[in-house]
Amino acid sequence: MSLLQQTRETMRRDRVFDFMLPRPDFAQSLDTRHGPILYVEGVSVSFDGFRALNDLTLYIDDGELRCIIGPNGAGKTTMMDVITGKTRPDAGSVFFGQSIDLLRLSEHEIAQGGIGRKFQKPTVFEALSVFENLELAMASDKRVWATLFHRLSGEQRDRIDEVLALIRLSDLRDQRAGALSHGQKQWLEIGMLLMQNPRVLLVDEPVAGMTGEETERTAELLISLAGRHSVVVVEHDMAFVRSIARKVTVLHQGSVLAEGSMDQIQNDPRVIEVYLGE
Amino acid sequence: MPALLFLLALASMPLGAQETDAGSMQDTLAVEAVAPDFTASIARLGGGNFSERREAAIAIADSGDERSLNVLTALLEGRLYTASAIDAEAEDAPPRVLLAESDADDAPLRDILNNESAGTLAEVETRRIPLNNALRGTLRNLIARLSLADANPAVRLDAAKRLLAAGTAPELAPLLRERLDAETDDRVRDALALVLALAETNDDTVEVRIAAVEVLSGALDPEVRARLAELMANDAEPAVQRAARAALDSIQTRIEFYRFAENLFFGLSLGSVLLLAAIGLAITFGVMGVINMAHGELIMIGAYTTWVVQQWMPNHIEWSVLVAIPAAFLVAGLVGVAIERGVIRFLYGRPLETLLATFGISLILQQAVRSIFSPLNRAVSTPSWMSGSLEINPVLSITWNRLYVLIFALIVFAALLAVLKKTSLGLKVRAVSQNRAMARACGVRADWVDAMTFGLGAGIAGVAGVALSQLTNVGPNLGQAYIIDSFMVVVFGGVGNLWGTLVGAMGLGVVNKFLEPWSGAVLAKILVLVLLILFIQKRPRGLFPQKGRAAEG
Amino acid sequence: MLTRRLFLSDRGGMVTLALLLALGIVVPLLNLVVPADSPLHVSTYTVTLIGKFLCYALLALSIDLIWGFGGILTLGHGAFFALGGYCMGMYLMRQIGARGVYGNAELPDFMVFLNWTELPWYWFGFDMFWFAMLMVVLVPGTLALVFGWFAFRSRVTGVYLSIMTQALVFALMLAFFRNEMGFGGNNGLTDFKDILGFDIQADGTRIALFLASVIALMLAYVASRFIVTSRMGRVVTAIRDAEGRARFSGYRVEAYMLWLFVFSAMMAGVAGALFVPQVGIINPGEFSPLNSIEQVVWVAVGGRGTLFGSIVGAFSVNYAKTWFTSSWPEAWLFALGALFVLVTLFLPRGIVGLLRRRRAGGDA
Repeated sequence: MSLLQQTRETMRRDRVFDFMLPRPDFAQSLDTRHGPILYVEGVSVSFDGFRALNDLTLYIDDGELRCIIGPNGAGKTTMMDVITGKTRPDAGSVFFGQSIDLLRLSEHEIAQGGIGRKFQKPTVFEALSVFENLELAMASDKRVWATLFHRLSGEQRDRIDEVLALIRLSDLRDQRAGALSHGQKQWLEIGMLLMQNPRVLLVDEPVAGMTGEETERTAELLISLAGRHSVVVVEHDMAFVRSIARKVTVLHQGSVLAEGSMDQIQNDPRVIEVYLGE
Repeated sequence: MPALLFLLALASMPLGAQETDAGSMQDTLAVEAVAPDFTASIARLGGGNFSERREAAIAIADSGDERSLNVLTALLEGRLYTASAIDAEAEDAPPRVLLAESDADDAPLRDILNNESAGTLAEVETRRIPLNNALRGTLRNLIARLSLADANPAVRLDAAKRLLAAGTAPELAPLLRERLDAETDDRVRDALALVLALAETNDDTVEVRIAAVEVLSGALDPEVRARLAELMANDAEPAVQRAARAALDSIQTRIEFYRFAENLFFGLSLGSVLLLAAIGLAITFGVMGVINMAHGELIMIGAYTTWVVQQWMPNHIEWSVLVAIPAAFLVAGLVGVAIERGVIRFLYGRPLETLLATFGISLILQQAVRSIFSPLNRAVSTPSWMSGSLEINPVLSITWNRLYVLIFALIVFAALLAVLKKTSLGLKVRAVSQNRAMARACGVRADWVDAMTFGLGAGIAGVAGVALSQLTNVGPNLGQAYIIDSFMVVVFGGVGNLWGTLVGAMGLGVVNKFLEPWSGAVLAKILVLVLLILFIQKRPRGLFPQKGRAAEG
Repeated sequence: MLTRRLFLSDRGGMVTLALLLALGIVVPLLNLVVPADSPLHVSTYTVTLIGKFLCYALLALSIDLIWGFGGILTLGHGAFFALGGYCMGMYLMRQIGARGVYGNAELPDFMVFLNWTELPWYWFGFDMFWFAMLMVVLVPGTLALVFGWFAFRSRVTGVYLSIMTQALVFALMLAFFRNEMGFGGNNGLTDFKDILGFDIQADGTRIALFLASVIALMLAYVASRFIVTSRMGRVVTAIRDAEGRARFSGYRVEAYMLWLFVFSAMMAGVAGALFVPQVGIINPGEFSPLNSIEQVVWVAVGGRGTLFGSIVGAFSVNYAKTWFTSSWPEAWLFALGALFVLVTLFLPRGIVGLLRRRRAGGDA
């Protein structure tokens, strides 16, 4: 055990030199034979004494659609930050498949490896057109020189058109993204995730600020994505969660409070206590 | 006796009344002015050969006349002249002996005996009284004896110090022993003991020399070190050499300690300047998030305010600085409020634009000062209570102005801290800086608070200008010299943290001063900049970062 | 396809390029062919002046690339310009040979004056033109690489980065003022005699340098245009507007910023190298933070984020500066200061933005 720890320690130390190591080939080394695609084990994060995550352990199965709920400050966003490499945990491990240690990778490597993320506040490239937004998000060689001489192939164009149709922005393809409505930006961002062709989608509050109809369509979209992709949705809107959820995880004070189907969760006394108070 | 003195004083009144110099007045009053011994000896000084002059000098010293010391000193320094008697008909009349106040051609000459003015060196045909080495030695001895016996301990201390500075004088040893026994003042005793020990290092007895070296090992004066080094190299007795080496080592250790202390003080002094310059910035940049490139020019305005205040009250320079502090605060503060209301408030949330706009303002202010005052530096006078230095020992002395500025910087820091922590303005400032919209919703007039905060930061810059005017030249470029350093301090300390600014300023100041002797001033500055650039890579949020979720976003 | 992307969709740029081309043809003709007494004659002084502006325009273009597109406000680009200039200056110094005041074939005058006996190691190779030209891009490029690598890796951004760049140029200025650095200290490098064997004062050489500046600026424009219209340019803009999104889209933000920063620094170095033989001197004053920040204002005035805007800005501000310093010197700093304030307050998109708005208004 101590040997293992030591080895891990050395691995951490050479994290600085990662650019010298050969890039892991994700497509080949992603190993989901045991079911889960994402292993989050014993992760703790604290900011200035405040424990945002407290020994959090969570597994996401390949192809499942998982909803994560929890009161404010439960650590939902921090958990996404840890998985996507934005925040480094104080303790614990995060694996993508069985063999890829996400804590050793930087944000862009994780993104290229197949984990896409949608922010809580819709973030798109406002100065660029809708088409260009999707083009940039597209999975391809994202190194500097490659992009400098990159030219779109017909195939790639078709793929962008396909996603444009899916997110219903075909008519606005040359519109500046900054001029889109809030809901349209949310959709565009989801479209950008799809362009990345990720294995796992982490979606933070996708229906905030959407009309009822838009919400419905988003639910449909997310459900249709599950299976081919694993989708993790963080949401406050309980009606929305109910409409899409198969399995729900409740976070509270940085760790998992309960996990199960929506009905199980709703009848769990601890969850009721947390949500309704004593 | 008192009666006679009084009479004499009366008699000499007309003479003395012409004089303005208090010293010469005193000379005139002296009773012994008529002592035949003194008069005759003075006359003998003028003529004869060296040995006769030597006897005359001894006689003068023995005469007990108050002027003896003055005359002998002048003789030693070559300021005694002879000139033919005024009354040329009286053939036997001895030549007059005249004392020049300095070596200059236009230095006034006085007759020693009757203190009458006798023109200047250029006007009167004179001959300098010649000296030889033997006579010089005697004179030194006599002067030392006279001054060491003076009634005033300050004069005695001064004499002892002068002896020390003059270096080893073996011939004085007996005299010094005598004086040491008689001396009552502790400080004079200490000084005398040193001089004696220095003299005794030439003693024939080894034990005496070693004892003397041991006494010397407590001293820091350069002459002592020089003598010890000489002993270490040249003394015939190995034991003395060893003792001298040990003494030198112990002195060296102490000197190094004091050098360190001096460096530390200079570092803290530089740090206090940086603190004053940066602390206003810490408010505008740290609390409001506004990059104010015109901050340096606000400092400059403060310094010019000091100059203007001094022009207004030329007769009260002592107080002018104290008046200038509130004046500079107000002037710079008002300019700051004008800048905030006129430009910055349109640019909140666009830090890069704010940076450019305020840089434009800094150019305008600089040029305005050049046009109004002049492109040349202005001389701001330093009140007498701030000039000079506090001499702690021969190695360590601290200039008063730096000490005052250091204290002042800390006071300003404490005051600012108090304003932010204790007053309602401070509360509002902190509220607005943390959550603008919420503060506004709670009824805080955010734009009023912005203006006041910026005014506060600007006012402190003005106050910093007052302090800087006492340390450096006041010119249109004054501010530019400090702006980059101030930003470095704020960034280094951690934005939005006043304590960080304090530690950052003092730390940078000290590091700079400790690098300087090793690398030179310019290179030290470059090194500090490079180190800072590297430091920011390591800790982008500074020494004391604001943590938490809000800061991450 | 590429032509369309580079030129046709860029009307302002087309006009600018055409004007530059015209300048490159007309000015040499008017200088060399038209007799000196003709009113159409362009004096060599004017040629040099325009040549200087061309170098400034190239510098402004490099700043626009990193600020207007990359969103990094650099207050230290003068450092790269000056370094490029110093590399050229070192070559020109070595060309003086034994014609210096002290007649030392090996050492420049200021080194003889400092009693140096041999050339410092970093002066070796600068007697060869190709080596000096290589250094013109490599030295600024390397500095930008090292500085940028540190800065971008630890995610120093925004005003912090601006202040750091200013500290960088300030530190370099202090360093170059030192005689011990071996770059002529206070006086810098001057008294150049010839370049590639041609007399540097001759009209023909001046025209050649002028033409070189025109060509360099045109090439740099086309290259910059290629970059900003490429996918890479869009990535850079994307990073400017939403860095986090770009990261989570799989782009290595540091690498892009670093690449752009280094490229921009190299461009600035070339500008400096063309500048020095035309003005005949390079000294540490070029490192002054004021210069660097003034350069930013050229771009701001012209309109950042539009490549040709920076060229327009560099020409107009420097023309104004020349006018002010010759006829009303005290007012120049007032004017410059006011320019800073007015442009940031009222013209965030610069002259180009103003023209576009007017046209849009006219069309409507």
